[in-house]
Amino acid sequence: MDNLSELLHGFTIAVTVPHLALMAVGVLLGILVGVLPGLGAPNGVSLLLPLTFGMQPVSAIILLSSMYWGALFGGSVTSILFNIPGEPSSVATTFDGYPMARDGRPTTALATAFGSAAFGALIGVILITFLASWVAQVALAFGPPEYFAVYFLAFASFVGMGGAAPIKTVVALAIGFAIAAIGIDTVSGSVRLTMGVDELVKGVNFVVAVMGLFGIGELLVAVEEEFHARAVSSKIDWREVLRAVGRLPRHSVALLRSAAIGCWMGITPGGPTAASFMSYGIARRFSRRGRYFGTGEVEGIISPETADHAAGTSALLPMLSLGIPGSATAAVMMGGLMIWGLNPGPMLFVDQKDFVWGLIASMYVGNIVAVALVLLTVPVFAALMRIPFVVIAPLIVIICVVGAYSVSNSYLDVVMMLGFGIVGYLFKKLFYPLAPLVLAIVIGDKAEDAFRQSMLMSKGSLGIFFANKLVTCLVVGGIALLLLPLVLQLARLFRKPASSGTETTSREKVII
Amino acid sequence: MRGTSLFLLSVSAAVLAGSAPAFAAWQPQKPIEFVATAGPGGGTDNLARAVQNIITKYKLTEQPIVVVNKGGGSGAEGYVYGKASAGDPYKVIFGTSNAWQQPLVSKVAFNYTDLTPIAAMAQDEFLLWVKQDAPYKTAGDYLKAAASGEFKMGGAQSKDTDEVLTRMIEKVGHVKLTYIPFKSGAETAVQLAGGHLDSHVNNPSESIGQWRGGTQRPLCVFSPKHLPQGPKVTATEGWSDVPTCAEQGLDIKQYEQPRTVWLPGKVTPEQAAYYVDLMKKVQATPEWKDYIEKTSQVDTFLTGAEFDKFIKEDLEHVKQVAGEQGWLIK
Repeated sequence: MDNLSELLHGFTIAVTVPHLALMAVGVLLGILVGVLPGLGAPNGVSLLLPLTFGMQPVSAIILLSSMYWGALFGGSVTSILFNIPGEPSSVATTFDGYPMARDGRPTTALATAFGSAAFGALIGVILITFLASWVAQVALAFGPPEYFAVYFLAFASFVGMGGAAPIKTVVALAIGFAIAAIGIDTVSGSVRLTMGVDELVKGVNFVVAVMGLFGIGELLVAVEEEFHARAVSSKIDWREVLRAVGRLPRHSVALLRSAAIGCWMGITPGGPTAASFMSYGIARRFSRRGRYFGTGEVEGIISPETADHAAGTSALLPMLSLGIPGSATAAVMMGGLMIWGLNPGPMLFVDQKDFVWGLIASMYVGNIVAVALVLLTVPVFAALMRIPFVVIAPLIVIICVVGAYSVSNSYLDVVMMLGFGIVGYLFKKLFYPLAPLVLAIVIGDKAEDAFRQSMLMSKGSLGIFFANKLVTCLVVGGIALLLLPLVLQLARLFRKPASSGTETTSREKVII
Repeated sequence: MRGTSLFLLSVSAAVLAGSAPAFAAWQPQKPIEFVATAGPGGGTDNLARAVQNIITKYKLTEQPIVVVNKGGGSGAEGYVYGKASAGDPYKVIFGTSNAWQQPLVSKVAFNYTDLTPIAAMAQDEFLLWVKQDAPYKTAGDYLKAAASGEFKMGGAQSKDTDEVLTRMIEKVGHVKLTYIPFKSGAETAVQLAGGHLDSHVNNPSESIGQWRGGTQRPLCVFSPKHLPQGPKVTATEGWSDVPTCAEQGLDIKQYEQPRTVWLPGKVTPEQAAYYVDLMKKVQATPEWKDYIEKTSQVDTFLTGAEFDKFIKEDLEHVKQVAGEQGWLIK
C-alpha cells in the first residue's frame, strides 16, 4: 500500500495548527460566498487567489480547496431555503429540498443535505486515495464519442424517468438546447442565435437562467397563490440536526448508489451537474417512494447532494493528473497552480509528492471541518425561514438581480434573468418540467460539441458510437434507460389491460 | 485619423519612456478594470492577473485594479464590451491576436479598429506535438505518414490561430488533415494523450506538463530560431532542444500569438500613453520575468507603429489563409 504511506505523510503536512486554521478560514469564507448571491465558488476563489501568491503552494491549495468545500455546502443553503441554486450542480437539490423546507422542515432538509454531501465527498476522496493512477487512465480513454455517450446517458437517465408528459419534456429539452446554442459555436466558429443583440455573443450564463427560472419563477407562483403569507414556524432545534444525520444510514442504498454515480461522473469528465441530475433521476425511478419525489422526499435530497459532492471531489483528480479542470472553480485553481510554479499533469504526482498528498489529506480533514462548521450553522439558516414572506420576497428579488448582474456586470443579464422568471412561471402554470430545460442549458452545448467532434472524426459515420467496448456500453445503457419507461408501460398493459388506478396525479409529478 | 493618433501615441510613448515624470501626464482618478477576454485560468486571464499583481505590489498606480472575465464567444464578449465603453480610459482589455482575427471569420460586433492598441506584451510560440509513442521522429516523417490523409489534428476553437496554422501545414506539407476543434488547448492536449488525435499545435504552457509526464512530445517549433535556453523540461531535453519546423522540411518559418493589451476607442493620446508607460514599468520587474519563464512565453514589447505593423502583417497572412478556405465573412 504505497498510497497509504504517502497519505499518512500527507496528514503530517495537513494536520498542523496553521493549516487547520487556514481550513477553518477557507470553509467559513466559502460558506459566505456560497450563500451570497452571484458570488459563487469560482469568483470567491479568484478573489482569494492573489492573497496566496506569497504562501507555500500546499498552504495555498489547502486554503482554496477549503473555500471550495465551504462554497459547495453554502450553495445548497440557498437552493433549499429559497429555491435559488447558486451552482449548476445544486439545481437538483431544489426539487425536494425546497418543498421540504417550505413544509416547515428546513432543519431536516439542510442537515440531510449536508450529511449526505459529506458522505459523497468522503467516498470521492477515498477513491482518489486508492485509485489515483487507475482513474487517470480511465479519464484518458475518453474521446469525443465517449464524452457524447456520457452526456447522452445523463439526458436519458433523467428524461426517460421524468414524470411529466413525454411531449412536454421534449419541448422543454428543445428550448434548453436552443438557449444553449446562443453565442459562438465551438465547432464552426460562427455566431448563432444572437438575434441582433451584440452582447448575446457571450451566450446565456447558467446562473442568469437558473435565478430567473427558479428564484423569480417560484416567487411569482407564490405571490399568486398567497400561501407564503404565513411564515414557516421552524423551531431552532439542535437535536433535529443530529436526528436527521442519524437517519441517513437508513437510506444506505440511495447513498451508495448516488456516491457511485457521482464518482463515475466525476472521473469520466461528465462533472457534478450531470451527476446530480442523473442520480436524482435514477433515484426517482428506483426508490419505492419515487412517485412522491418533488414533494419533499428525503431521498430526493440525498441522491443529488451525495452525487454532486462525490463528483466534485473526484473531479479534482483529472485536474491534478491530467490538467483538465472539471469545473470553473477547478480551472481557477489550476491557474493558481501555474502561478505557484507547479505544472498540473501526470508528473505532479511524481515531482510534487508533498503537495499532492498534502492536498489529498487536507480533503479528508477539510471536509470534516466543513461539515462540522456547516452543521453548526443549520439552525441559524433555518431561522431565516421564519422571516415573513413580505420581507423575504423583496430580498429574493434583490438576491436574484444582484446575482445576475454580478455574473459579468451586465444589465442585459438582469433583463434576461427577469425574462427567465416569466418563463419559469409559465412552465409551472402549464405543467412543463423545468429540469430538462436546465439540464439542456447546462450540458446541451457540450453534448453538441462532442457529437459534432465525433462526426468530424468518423467523417459522418454513426458507427463511431459503437467503435469500442466503452462507448458501446455507454450508448446502449443510455438507450436502455430511454426505453425503460416505455417497456414497463407495455408490460403493464399486457398484464392488466384495463387498470388505470396506478396513474398518479399529473400535478404531483409535474413539479419536477 | 487613426494613423495620426497612432503616430501621436508612439511619439508621446517615446517621450514618456525617456522622461516620464517630466510633464504632468494623465493620471487615473478612479479604480481601473482589467477585462480578460477569456475565462478564469486561461492564458489571457493569467496575464491580466499577473500584471495586476505586479502593479499592486510596486504601487505603480494609486488606484485599485479589478480583473473581470469576459471570455464568452471566444473572447468576443470582452472586445464588444471594450467597444461599448468607447472613451472610457478605466477599462483595459487583455486579449490575443483574436482581436483582429475573429472579425475576419465570424460576424462578431466589433473590429480591432474600435479599440486603441496599447501593446503586445508576450509572445506565445506554437509547436507541432505528437503522442509520445508515435513512430515519427521529425516533422518530415510526420508529413510522410500524414500523406495517408487519415490524420486528425486537434486545436482550440474553430477558424482561430490553431486552425489557421493547421491549414498552413496542409498547404506547405501537401497533406490533408482533419481538424477537430475543442474548447481549449488543455483539453486538446488530453485528447492527444488519450490517443484520440494524431497531433496538435499547442503553445508551450498548454502542454509542458504532458511533455514532462511523457504522454506527448514536440516535433518542431514554428519559429525562425530555436527557443531560448531555459531549465530542462524532461530529464534530457528543454525548449531550446526542439528543432525548428523549417529545418525539418515543414517550411513555416514563423507563427506566433501575441498577448495584446487595448483601451476602448476614442481615448486621448495622453491616456493611452499612460498605459503604455505603465505596461513598460510592469515589464521591467523581476516578477514579470518570472511570469514569462513559468508560462514558457517569449518576452516582447511592441507598441505604436511597430505593433501596428505587426497587426497589419498578421492580418494579411490570416486573410490569405481564410480566403483560401472560404472562411471570410461577406
